[in-house]
Amino acid sequence: MRTITMKVNGVSTSHDVPDNTLLVSFLRETMGLTGTHIGCDTSQCGACIVHVNGKSTKSCTILAAQLEGAKVTTIEGIANGDELHPMQQAFHENHGLQCGFCTPGMVMSAIELVEKNKNLSEREIREGLEGNICRCTGYHNIVKSVQDAAGKMGG
Amino acid sequence: MPEGTVKQGIGASVRRKEDKRFLIGKGNYTDDINRAGQLHVYFLRSPVAFADIVSIDKQKAEKASGVVAILTGEDVAADNLGGPICGWVPTNKDGSAPSEPPHPILANGRVRYVGDHVAAVFAETLEQAMSAAELIDVTYSEMPAITDLKTAMDKPQIHDGMENNTYFDWELGDEAATNDAFDKAATIVKVDIRNNRVIPNAMEPRAAVADYDTGDERYTLFTTSQNPQLTRLVIGAFMLNIPESKLRVVAPDVGGGFGSKIYVYPEEAVCVWASKKLRRAVKWTADRTQAFLGDAHGRDHISDVKLALDKNNRITGLRVDTLANLGAYLSAFAMVTPTYLHGTLLSGVYDIPAIYTNVKGICTNTVNVDAYRGAGRPEATYLLERTMDVAAKQVGMDPAEFRRLNFIPKDAFPYQTAVALQYDVGDYEPLLDRAMAMIDYKNFENRRAKSAKNGKCRGIGMSTYIEACGIAPSAVVGALGGRVGLYESAVVRVDPTGTISVLTGTHSHGQGHDTTFAQLVCDKLGVDIEAVEIVHGDSDRTAFGMGTYGSRSLAVGGTAISKALDKVIAKGKIIAAHMLEAADADIEFKDGKFTVTGTDREKSFGEIALSAYVPHNFPHDRLEPGLEETSFYDPLNFTYPSGTHIAEVEIDPATGVVELMDWVCCDDFGNLINPMVVEGQVHGGIAQGVGQALYEEAAYNDNGQLLSASYMDYCMPRADHFPSLKVENLVTACTHNDLGVKGCGEAGAIASPPAVINAVVDALSPLGVTDITMPATPQKVWQAIQSAQTKAAE
Ligand code: FES
Ligand code: FES
Repeated sequence: MRTITMKVNGVSTSHDVPDNTLLVSFLRETMGLTGTHIGCDTSQCGACIVHVNGKSTKSCTILAAQLEGAKVTTIEGIANGDELHPMQQAFHENHGLQCGFCTPGMVMSAIELVEKNKNLSEREIREGLEGNICRCTGYHNIVKSVQDAAGKMGG
Repeated sequence: MPEGTVKQGIGASVRRKEDKRFLIGKGNYTDDINRAGQLHVYFLRSPVAFADIVSIDKQKAEKASGVVAILTGEDVAADNLGGPICGWVPTNKDGSAPSEPPHPILANGRVRYVGDHVAAVFAETLEQAMSAAELIDVTYSEMPAITDLKTAMDKPQIHDGMENNTYFDWELGDEAATNDAFDKAATIVKVDIRNNRVIPNAMEPRAAVADYDTGDERYTLFTTSQNPQLTRLVIGAFMLNIPESKLRVVAPDVGGGFGSKIYVYPEEAVCVWASKKLRRAVKWTADRTQAFLGDAHGRDHISDVKLALDKNNRITGLRVDTLANLGAYLSAFAMVTPTYLHGTLLSGVYDIPAIYTNVKGICTNTVNVDAYRGAGRPEATYLLERTMDVAAKQVGMDPAEFRRLNFIPKDAFPYQTAVALQYDVGDYEPLLDRAMAMIDYKNFENRRAKSAKNGKCRGIGMSTYIEACGIAPSAVVGALGGRVGLYESAVVRVDPTGTISVLTGTHSHGQGHDTTFAQLVCDKLGVDIEAVEIVHGDSDRTAFGMGTYGSRSLAVGGTAISKALDKVIAKGKIIAAHMLEAADADIEFKDGKFTVTGTDREKSFGEIALSAYVPHNFPHDRLEPGLEETSFYDPLNFTYPSGTHIAEVEIDPATGVVELMDWVCCDDFGNLINPMVVEGQVHGGIAQGVGQALYEEAAYNDNGQLLSASYMDYCMPRADHFPSLKVENLVTACTHNDLGVKGCGEAGAIASPPAVINAVVDALSPLGVTDITMPATPQKVWQAIQSAQTKAAE
């Protein structure tokens, strides 16, 4: 057990967490941020992706105890009040989600992808999302969403 | 209808109402739900495939920290609990009933597959439950596992009292007429078909939270279900003996189902049972490994297919003998999937005068196999569409022209097939023509030559499919021996201020019902889409309904909504007549207004709604207050979507890697309510079918161990496996439902596997390869090339 202080979605928070607590459990159970999902037990589906210090991170594969002083952003933290993030908006406009379960991880991955390179080709988007599994959409409209958002995010 | 002409009603690609909550992380999935004081349950599963349980020593585990209780099969037997049941049940060809062995929710004396539930450990935390499970000492007396479909019948019985490890031996069609067709055939085509076993893999693992309220003596179960009302019926009446009124089942947001969340599994029932027994709420969430081991798998057929052709290459007969692996236990649709949903589809889009099929449902030491996206129809389509390609090649015809020659002509509808179904409407040639134009079929050989220059083998493959959706008309199902028809319910509740709630018995877990169903309301009542709420998934709120599967929600559930809306309008007219002092027959309803015909006297829908709840002098003999109507709609027939999918692949013969280069399809789903949602369904279906054709396989070894029990070993289709998919539609409206709709949820998964494999075989045929089984992995493709070349060299 140790006390960890981190900034989650811009708010500083301090909690006592057992050493073996995964970030995803910390977010879902301690913080009540259930937008981040668990889709596998082998770090392969990407449903749990959040940003840690601005980088896409599988929150099922990192311990909360490793994150003293870190800045963590989850799907709950990217909209600006009632105004959706351009990536969220693009997923809505382009029907980039069906059941919604992969969506938080997909959106978080996609944001980092576009922030790193605003002139992504379709191939690059597909390869960039290779770590996120979606069983519903066949990826077609997810790719379209990311292309759309890339344009709006200043590509 | 061109986009833009309608804004919110039928035919508009309205952006989904449900999106926002998912996009901002406010979805409400079962694992997001917690109840005060809840226990966590962990299931100790059998590590062996087939064994008698000699003893279970749980003493040490019971003393472990945090453990509250450990329940086993003995407790289940002591409480006299039932197991999951089978819905539709076929009759054996000798007229006898099939074998339905019991499925105890915790194994009693014997385990029958790796993953079978042996004990349920309840503890304060999940970690404590998991650690305690390791302290349970189970002694097994192992028997050799039976996993091979072809030899299972000759092995010792997995269930006492069963014969030949066979659940059923079923037939359909006219065997004598079919034999006759083969006797007279100019050409006989024979194909061995293997439909690989796959694992549904909805991204949200199954979960359950059960709570028992000692005050009102009522249970609440939150669970990942495609049909909460059926779950309530099965758990209440068949498993736990709870009056239905004392059990509320809620399926909140559900992260995909694809069939795997239709069935009631042991875990949900154990949670409900224990919540009262232990007087604590109980929570269970599967991890992915448990999902692989315990969720119903799909497909797993072996079929011998024979096709008879006359001298003009017209099909005269088809015979299909199938072994279907159903696993160790039966679940709800296990028996109907390889029979009524498979045998009845064998005519495809073709005019085949004589068909006979025999299907045996086989018991093995594997997890149960049941309906998975398409359910029986993908298996039928795969064997038929592969056979069409083999036949075309055998008689030297282009696969497209061979299909065209054998299509049911468009003036032949309604068309009675040789396997029970009557297709109401369809027109297959335009779909084929459009898809061929979309992919530039006629110039394919140029592309093949270009790829060859780069050392690659290019191939093209098609599938012209049909499916039977909108399950299920009770008259048709009843005639086939089904226990229940699958009607659907709808309640349209108009509020005093004119907002509207639609309570549907279907369930949305990605299909976009919140939007599509609301569009039906906008269209009929002329209200804004924001005024409409769709309510589903809570047995306390909706009427009894059958849930979502079999591409039924719109064709059956949507039609029920449409009928309930008609009743609302009819009553609204009577209210309007009363208010406007006119005769009922003189009131017309248009654009959200009730008008006295030929006058400008009118009442808006909102005014009528308000007066329904604050009535003035309603004539009691013919008008009750309120504006809420119910419809239970039992369809007259299945619906029959059809289409053509064409895949183009490129294969690197040095590595065996298959790359999908292009995909086109032209489908006929009848009228479209929301084309954007329909397209999305098609994309997802295609990806699942491509997954089955190229990547996915549930592999058991001889000991019955599931080798592919994680994403390290089970290859899921990912974004970089696909090209951009080109999806178009043509419409022949369904003739027997009000909306003219047919359903689109499964089409992609049904159509795509044979298109892929036909393309792969086409690509490899210059190298002498004539067949390849699914999944066409690089290893398999490479080996096929090597053995074809060795053979050629001999
Ligand atoms: S939960 Fe699957 S990668 Fe983290
Ligand atoms: S939208 Fe369902 S898994 Fe992606």
